[in-house]
Amino acid sequence: MMQPFPFSAIVGQEEMKLAMILTAIDASIGGVLVFGDRGTGKSTAVRALAALLPPITAIKGCPINSASAKNVPAWANLKTKRTHETPTPVVDLPLGATEDRVTGALDIEKALTKGEKAFQPGLLARANRGYLYIDEVNLLEDHIVDLLLDVAQSGENVVEREGLSIRHPARFVLVGSGNPEEGELRPQLLDRFGLSVEVASPKDVATRVDVIKRRDAFENDYAAFMLRWQAEDAAIRDRILTARAALTKLKTSDKTLTDVAELCLALGSDGLRGELTLLKAARAYAAWRDDTALTRAHVKAVAPMALRHRLRRDPLDEAGSGTRVARTVEEVLG
Amino acid sequence: MANEVWHHATRALQLLGLDPALGGICIRARSGPVRARLTAMITSDARRLHPTVSDEALFGGLDLSATLASGHMIREKGLLETTGTLVLAMAERATTGLAARLAVALDRNADHTLIALDEGAEPDECLNPKLAERLAFRVDLSDCSLQDITETRPTTAIDLNHVIVPADLIEQLTRIAHDLGIDSMRAPLFALRAARANAALMGRTTITAEDVEIACTLIFAHRATRVPEPEMQDEEPPAPPPDQSDDSNGPEDSLDLPDELLLEAVRAMLPDNLLEQLAAQKARAGRGNGTGAARKGNRRGRPLPSRAGRISDGARIDIIGTLRAAAPWQTIRRNATGREGLHIRPDDIRIKRFEEKSDRLLIFTVDASGSSALTRLAEAKGAVEILLAQAYARRDHVALVAFRGTEAELLLPPTRSLVQTKRRLAALPGGGGTPLAAGMVTAFEQAIQATRRGMTPTIAILTDGRANIALDGSADRKQAALDAQQIARVLRAHGTDAIVIDTGNRPEPALRNLAQTLDAAYLPLPRADAERLSKSVATALGD
Repeated sequence: MMQPFPFSAIVGQEEMKLAMILTAIDASIGGVLVFGDRGTGKSTAVRALAALLPPITAIKGCPINSASAKNVPAWANLKTKRTHETPTPVVDLPLGATEDRVTGALDIEKALTKGEKAFQPGLLARANRGYLYIDEVNLLEDHIVDLLLDVAQSGENVVEREGLSIRHPARFVLVGSGNPEEGELRPQLLDRFGLSVEVASPKDVATRVDVIKRRDAFENDYAAFMLRWQAEDAAIRDRILTARAALTKLKTSDKTLTDVAELCLALGSDGLRGELTLLKAARAYAAWRDDTALTRAHVKAVAPMALRHRLRRDPLDEAGSGTRVARTVEEVLG
Repeated sequence: MANEVWHHATRALQLLGLDPALGGICIRARSGPVRARLTAMITSDARRLHPTVSDEALFGGLDLSATLASGHMIREKGLLETTGTLVLAMAERATTGLAARLAVALDRNADHTLIALDEGAEPDECLNPKLAERLAFRVDLSDCSLQDITETRPTTAIDLNHVIVPADLIEQLTRIAHDLGIDSMRAPLFALRAARANAALMGRTTITAEDVEIACTLIFAHRATRVPEPEMQDEEPPAPPPDQSDDSNGPEDSLDLPDELLLEAVRAMLPDNLLEQLAAQKARAGRGNGTGAARKGNRRGRPLPSRAGRISDGARIDIIGTLRAAAPWQTIRRNATGREGLHIRPDDIRIKRFEEKSDRLLIFTVDASGSSALTRLAEAKGAVEILLAQAYARRDHVALVAFRGTEAELLLPPTRSLVQTKRRLAALPGGGGTPLAAGMVTAFEQAIQATRRGMTPTIAILTDGRANIALDGSADRKQAALDAQQIARVLRAHGTDAIVIDTGNRPEPALRNLAQTLDAAYLPLPRADAERLSKSVATALGD
């Protein structure tokens, strides 16, 4: 398959790119939600992310991409213990996917031809240790959303159907995109996303021309274009790996912790998830910037994307929640 | 004009044939000879899709009959696995899910082109915008008759790669798209491709002004969201048109075609009722798609796990489920009976089940008349907004009707989008008479449409009750009250649920009567705050 559009070649959309990089540095931040109009490059960015991510080491042929042989589930019937480097899985969850396809089900092929009761893993198995991408996430059917919520919560997929009783790890980072004009997202699912960004088409003509030029070059002069951006993509990948290593050594002062707590209190965001995400995102951002200590500036930089989708909806507030976060950040952190 | 439309349609198809990356074309026309003539131009090996195409047909799956007959697994290739042209019939009925899947397929590779045959009759009944966005072209053949059809000469095109793109073309196209209020970045890209394909079609190696003009017309006209001000024509005599005939002598990398001229070309194609169409488009965006009765009948809906059962009236067998149930026993049964082949016993039979939950639609019918505006419009707005937040949590749909002056207006067709509703509500002005009956009529129309779509509508009327404008627009208090009563009886006969919320300072007896006629809950709310109002409504709705 053709490599997707290079991540580094995406014009503008800095916030979206940063949010994606942060989750690549620390997967426990918990995914990105990208909301915006049609034709703003949401899907392009998500697919570009897949090519950018550093590869993972996994047991060859393991349906859940296990890191070591002892994690390979018994139902996989794997003989080999060899590992190989494989791209970080980015699995598409198509709208209207059946529960069977998402969670996995009885392997009808084996059942019919061999009379075996075997498990056919679903999308959740394939997404383990990687990314689960849902385009038009706000149009996802409720029963699939419920299922996702459950799995995302526990990190484990439990299949009890057709006489099967199977469980396997399913830890993945959710990436969703959607157009808010087409429907809202349930708060429970909204909350599962670590960060959220809003994208819009660039407003000035010069930037728009840039977008078109690069896209055109990508489509018509593919080889040269990929070569041109390969190095820049690699540079970002290296920086992500460096940042991952630096994350553990990063110092966090109590003062910054207080900042984070005060900010979340002032915004009245529900639960502690907001605080934790904000802290993690700020730390990832500091690591990305190659700073050794977490400061107030880091918190300020990532606060909007970590908190804007966690605010209690206030239908009487005319300004968007992004504005509200920005205002409160200004008030609390100065 | 109609002849021009035909010309554009055939040209679009030709360009699409040259460059599949243009995505496709949406042909809006009812089935008929004109459309048949156009679709006859499509390659004969095009695969046909229908709006209810299953995932297995799209992505491939088990070929059950072949598998059973041969005894080993035979897979059927999906439509999206083979390359080529796809023809989607009755495209206006394509669900959001199908649109999203096809959109992904079109995004992924340039191996597919999609011809969407949109047979929608109503303005809001049309191809899903998500999909339309990914198709470069759109033609409307509704006004085309057989007389308008001219034969297209077969052309021999040169290779697309040989076409040289002038350096400033990208900028020009981007600027024009911007001037026409086209936000999506796909449009200028498509225009660029179309210009290149048109040059290739004409056997040229350089893109000329003519190519650009055609590209702009074909790509931008139906995407435009605003008509650029024709300043030049209004204030001063038009600038002499640049000489287009000598473009072959012009500099290689520059086009002597001012933006104004291209905008003019697009404007010529813009429909007269652009703004009306825009409103319809916005409305559509909220609803997602124009599929008719999405949740009608008891044989559709969210599929539930199938259940063991007997084949009785109308029950549908879940074949896969049945086979799954039978599969583990095949070896045992084969050994027991000594018979080859598939062994299915009656207790393996699984019956399909569906759960159907009708979505609720709350139609807020808000009185924005002068009397209301003075007193409680702000409060009513607040109440509606709080209700909206609750409706959103329950995944209800909402619609917004306002009545003031002499008529009612549908501010927002059924949607789940809080963003849009908030925007429309905030912009609601107040003032004028109280055409209560007109408001009820509009709400009723929405209710009927909603029922047709399988939703359960509830009309919430927020007014202070002093209806003073009759249905015909005349200021006749007596007739207005009669009209309101009349509509109320129709509503009741139709079985539409309603709530009447009296926002007046004192309870209005006329409104209580109206509620009785409607068989509706009546909530007099003297000095209610928004919070209390919403609680009462929630109670009345039975949550």
